[in-house]
Amino acid sequence: MSLLRLLYAGWKFHLKSLTLSGFFLLTSVFQPLIFASIAYLMFNAGARPGSLLYVAIGAGMMGIWSSTLFGSGGAIQWQRWQGTLEYCIAVPPAFIWVILPLTLATATIGLYSLTTTLLWGWLLFDVPLHVVHPGWFVLALPATVLALGLLGLVLAATFVLYRQANALSNLLEYPIWVVTGLLFSLSLLPGWTRPLSYVLAPTWGVQAIREAALGGSPGFDIAMCFVLGAVYLVIGHFCLRYFERLARERATLALA
Amino acid sequence: MNAIRVFFIGGYLAYRALFHWLRPSIYIPTMLGSPIFQILFFAYVGRFSKLKDDEWFVVGNAVQLSAMSGIYGTAMTIGGERWTQTLSPLLATPANRIALFLGRSLPLIANGFIVSAFSFGAGWLLLDFHVPLGSIPALALVVLVSAFACTSLGLVTGAVGLRARDVFFLANLVVFLLLLFCGVNVPLESLPSWMETVARGLPLTHGIAAAREVSAGASLGQVSGLVWTEAGIGAVYALFAYGLFRFFEFDGRRRATLETI
Repeated sequence: MSLLRLLYAGWKFHLKSLTLSGFFLLTSVFQPLIFASIAYLMFNAGARPGSLLYVAIGAGMMGIWSSTLFGSGGAIQWQRWQGTLEYCIAVPPAFIWVILPLTLATATIGLYSLTTTLLWGWLLFDVPLHVVHPGWFVLALPATVLALGLLGLVLAATFVLYRQANALSNLLEYPIWVVTGLLFSLSLLPGWTRPLSYVLAPTWGVQAIREAALGGSPGFDIAMCFVLGAVYLVIGHFCLRYFERLARERATLALA
Repeated sequence: MNAIRVFFIGGYLAYRALFHWLRPSIYIPTMLGSPIFQILFFAYVGRFSKLKDDEWFVVGNAVQLSAMSGIYGTAMTIGGERWTQTLSPLLATPANRIALFLGRSLPLIANGFIVSAFSFGAGWLLLDFHVPLGSIPALALVVLVSAFACTSLGLVTGAVGLRARDVFFLANLVVFLLLLFCGVNVPLESLPSWMETVARGLPLTHGIAAAREVSAGASLGQVSGLVWTEAGIGAVYALFAYGLFRFFEFDGRRRATLETI
């Protein structure tokens, strides 16, 4: 019970804190609106028939990935710069339960992206906001956010070993948009990229939301979000333990 | 003589500092890794939406990527001086202001050119893009002029950084807006008319149009109008940036706001 309270309080605190950040306003509101506009205009001018809702959901997911990537990738480094990392590690709960609410909050704030791109598309580009399976849609959203938040935990735990985490975040934004097929079908990509797509939560998350919204069976995609989330949790747990032990041994915890 | 020293040596040192002394671990992911995937992303979206062929997206994005260095770099140079509290001492020096700030932009133009050339190379290697060998010198000139125009817009952004608290936010916004407005991934004629009008006054629009024609086989003479327009737009932004620098410098001294972070 106290663990749930810790997770909830941490998530709420970080969500509020990120909402006030100009950078996250950019990555979760302005950037998705601009990319969504580009995508709407490209699909309007192109020859492919189909629903713009497909594009809107993809553009929204791009924003969720960006906020997770930049937020979670730099999560531990931020604590370091702010001088709070030692406290986060010294408190009685395990470090993973302190950092997890932050990575979940970075994924949750990405929901702003989905909301704004859907509303933007509806207002300016006549995107129909009709959801075929509202029940599945309501389930697909938190499942996707949870899976991305847990993927964020892996990012947080691994990026910390790389001093230039920001540069790595810059590098990984577009590749994941490409390999998870957020704005186009995965069938266009070479076959060798498929395993990579399947181990990344955004692939299943966007499929789940699309199938819930446009019609289909999102059950398997949602289940994959939970399965991958559990795998990420285990990987994140071991990576964080390794990082914590290394930092204690070398006395590098506070070294920014 | 002193102004020339400030122009070249000051600009070189500021550029090295921008990438934390040019560490490959920062330069390669940011300046070379990310552009490859930007081109791939838009080329695949283009294939899926059946809008244009790979060549159209490779040229548009490769030229646009020259803006990344010019706009982020200039904004970060000013923002970095402010962050490290060196802006006030810098502005307290009697150094020639044109040499001081234009010197900082010269390496960024060269860097924009390199990033763009690398992006063209990546497009040629990974996608269906070919450019006639004879067109490469003309294409290089178009890219160089576009990099200059974008860096001039970057100088305007950097000048606003003397007043605005978050110049990085502004620089990001400017780069994204260029991506939307300048015909990088959406043909100009498919944009709403007001956006097309705005695009005509922005750097990149004419440069990208010229680069697309050159890569399709046009000679430099055939696109000279577009190239001169791009250069003219760059010159206007550079002059405007200089005026803004002087104004905000004066105003910053008066209000004691140069070191506000």
